[in-house]
Amino acid sequence: MAKLYSKKKLATSKMLPKKETISFILNYSKALRITKVGSLSFESIAN
Amino acid sequence: MATSVLSDAILVKNYVSGDEGALAALIERHQAKIYNFIYSKIQDRDLSDDIFQDTFIKVIKTLKTKSYNEEGKFLPWVMRIAHNLVVDYFRKTKKMPMQRDSGEYSVFSFLFESSPNIESQMITEQVELDLTRLIDELPDDQKEVLMMRIYQDMSFKEISDLTGVSINTALGRMRYALMNLRKVIEKNQIILTN
Repeated sequence: MAKLYSKKKLATSKMLPKKETISFILNYSKALRITKVGSLSFESIAN
Repeated sequence: MATSVLSDAILVKNYVSGDEGALAALIERHQAKIYNFIYSKIQDRDLSDDIFQDTFIKVIKTLKTKSYNEEGKFLPWVMRIAHNLVVDYFRKTKKMPMQRDSGEYSVFSFLFESSPNIESQMITEQVELDLTRLIDELPDDQKEVLMMRIYQDMSFKEISDLTGVSINTALGRMRYALMNLRKVIEKNQIILTN
């Protein structure tokens, strides 16, 4: 096996999305409601 | 049962049945891989966050409309969505992806865990910088496979699913990438050790 000259994940260990981004996604998921009527689907966001 | 031991398929099923905690568990489990994949292409933290967010908005909508077929491939599916959004971004801005090794959010800004010895830290950074430059010189297809395998820790199966080439082609590209790197290192007598 070829020798690899970098440590695995060294450059990426701290790379995570912002907490605000995760929080937005989770809140969006909780607020989103999709209603299907026949072939149509309606999205509604609860405040 | 703790969500950490549940498979992706079960978590997806639970989420579709209304368990919001399952989505949090899926994000927690895969956020690093997905985010690093996006960042490796975009090289901008804010934009990467936007694309990460858009990726999951698509995921949520697809799951909530119950139009996702679980085949045990949740992560490759999400990575494919992220990949398409990255392509859309470059198409919109008409920019070609470029690997930068300078700037506020350079990968070297994240090397906080090296040894406290400043000299060895500087050598490590230099080695990483040299290596990044060498990788930049590789043909795009080889560079892509190498970055996914080494920096994003993806399996060849995942790389194959994402790039749309066979596993053998991905393996071949990795092999040629390493051979080319070795050739350049020998030719220029670069020392990549500390």
